[in-house]
Amino acid sequence: MSILEVKDLKKSFGKTEVLKGVSFNLEEGEVLSIIGSSGSGKTTILRCINQLETADSGYINVAGNVFFDGGIKKESASEKRKRQLLVGLVFQDFHLFPQYNVLDNVTLAAKLLAKERADYKHNKKQIIAEIEEKAKVLLAKVGLSEKLSNYPCELSGGQKQRVSIARALIMEPKVLFFDEPTSALDPELTGEILKVIKGLAEDNVTMVIVTHEMSFAKAVSSKVIFMDNGVIEEAGTPEEVFDNPKSERTKAFISKFED
Amino acid sequence: MFEREILETVIPRLADGFIVTLEIFFLTLLISLPAGLIISFGSMSKFKPLKLATKTLVAVIRGTPLVLQLIVIFYGPGLLASWAQSVENPNFLIEWIATWHVMDRFVAVIASFSLNYACYFSEIYRGGIESISKGQYEACQVLGMTKTQAFFKVVLMQVVKRIIPPMSNEIITLVKDTSLARVISIYELIWAGEVFIKLNGLLWPLLATGIFYLAFNGLLTVVFGKIENKLNYYKT
Ligand SMILES: Nc1ncnc2c1ncn2[C@@H]1O[C@H](COP(=O)(O)OP(=O)(O)O)[C@@H](O)[C@H]1O
Ligand SMILES: [Mg+2]
Repeated sequence: MSILEVKDLKKSFGKTEVLKGVSFNLEEGEVLSIIGSSGSGKTTILRCINQLETADSGYINVAGNVFFDGGIKKESASEKRKRQLLVGLVFQDFHLFPQYNVLDNVTLAAKLLAKERADYKHNKKQIIAEIEEKAKVLLAKVGLSEKLSNYPCELSGGQKQRVSIARALIMEPKVLFFDEPTSALDPELTGEILKVIKGLAEDNVTMVIVTHEMSFAKAVSSKVIFMDNGVIEEAGTPEEVFDNPKSERTKAFISKFED
Repeated sequence: MFEREILETVIPRLADGFIVTLEIFFLTLLISLPAGLIISFGSMSKFKPLKLATKTLVAVIRGTPLVLQLIVIFYGPGLLASWAQSVENPNFLIEWIATWHVMDRFVAVIASFSLNYACYFSEIYRGGIESISKGQYEACQVLGMTKTQAFFKVVLMQVVKRIIPPMSNEIITLVKDTSLARVISIYELIWAGEVFIKLNGLLWPLLATGIFYLAFNGLLTVVFGKIENKLNYYKT
C-alpha cells in the first residue's frame, strides 16, 4: 500500500479554484518533486496534507490513516494531532522559534510530546537525555554541531533552514514535506540545503519536495509532478518529465530553466 | 522657611500621601494587568457580538478622559439610586437600583483606574499577540504541539518581548495619573503637598512631591530597562 495517497483533491479560496482535482501516490522511501510556476497550487497541496488547510473534497491517506475524506467531520483536537505527527513540513521561510537556541528549537516539540508518555515521571532524566542526544545526532548530520547554543538570529539563512530540517526530522514523520526549501536563500546557500536533502534521500526518507531547482529535482526524485493552474499537467519519472515531456506546457515550463 | 519643625510636619504628610499614591498604583496594576488580557481576548474573539461589545467598551474608555470616568463611577450609583427612589410604581430592577449607595471614594478610584488601564493594556496585548506571525503557530502545529503549548511555550515569550516598551510607557503614565484621584477628594501625594500652600503659604512641599514622582518613575525605568536587556539575547 502507498504511504501517501491523494485522490481528486479540490480546494477553492473564495471563488478561485486553486486545486481542481489532484491525485497521486507515493511509496515508502520514494522522493516526489512537485514543480510548476508560481500560483499553480503547489503550496496548497502541501498545506492540505499537513492539515494547515482543509480541502473541499477528495481523499488523503498517510501510512494507512485517513487524513481527509471529503466531509468536515467533528473530531477531537487530539485525533487531529495524532495524524499531525505522521507528517512533517519544512517551510520556505523556516519559522524557527527566535527565543530558543538551536538545540532547544530541535528538542522543544519532542520534549513536550514525551511528557505524555506513561513512563515520563519515572524516566524523565533519561528520556530528556535521549531526546537531546537524538537532536545532536541530527544536527551533526546537517552540519551544525558547532551551533547548538546559538540563537536563530545568529545564523545564516542556510543554517536556519538546516535547523528547521532537523527540527522536523526529530519527530520521525512518515512523510516529510518541503515547500521550496531554498527559495528564501541567497543562491550560494542553496547547495548546502540540497546536499542535506540528497543525504536524506539516500537514507530512504520518504519526501515530497516543492522546488524550482530542476537539476536537483531530476537527480533526487523517484517521481516528478508538473502542476499547472490547479491540475497535474504531467507526471512521471524524472526522465519522462524532464527529458521527454509530452505536454507542450511542460516543455515550455522546463525550457525556461535551461540555459 | 526650612525650619526643622515645618520639615518634621511636611515630610510625614507627604509620606502619607505617597502611600495612598502607591496603593492606587499597585492595586490598579494588580487588577488591570490580568483584566486587560481578558479584554484583549474579547476584542480578538471570533464571536462577533462579544468582539463588538469589547471594542465599543475600549473605544469609549480610551476616547474619554479618565477624570470623567472617575466622576461617573463615583457619583453615578448614588445619583441613580436617588432617581430610582423617586420613581412611582418601580419594577424589581428599579427597586434594586434604589438600594444602591454612594460608592466608597477609594473603591471608585480603583474601579475607574483599573477599568481605564485594563482597556489600554488590552490594546497593547492585542497588538503584541497579533504581531506574532502565523508561521510561528503553523510551525508549532506541524510539530504536533497543542494550541496551549504553542501559546505558552512559543508565542507568549515573543509577545512579552514586544510589549515591554509600550507597557512601561503606560505604567509610568499611571504613576502620574494617580494624582487625578484628588478630584474626588482622595488624599494622595499632590493634595498632601498642596495643603501647605493654603495652610502655611509654603510652595516647596508641593514642588517636593515632584521628587517622589521622579524617583519612583526613575526606579521603574531602571527596572524595565533591565527586563528589556534580559530579553535582548535574541531578535525576532
Ligand atoms: N489563504 C489563501 N487565501 C486566498 N487565496 C490563496 C490562499 N492561499 C493561496 N491562495 C491562492 O491560491 C493560488 C495558489 O497558491 P499556492 O498554492 O501558494 O501556489 P504555489 O505554491 O504553486 O505558488 C494562488 O493564486 C494564491 O493567490
Ligand atoms: Mg508556494
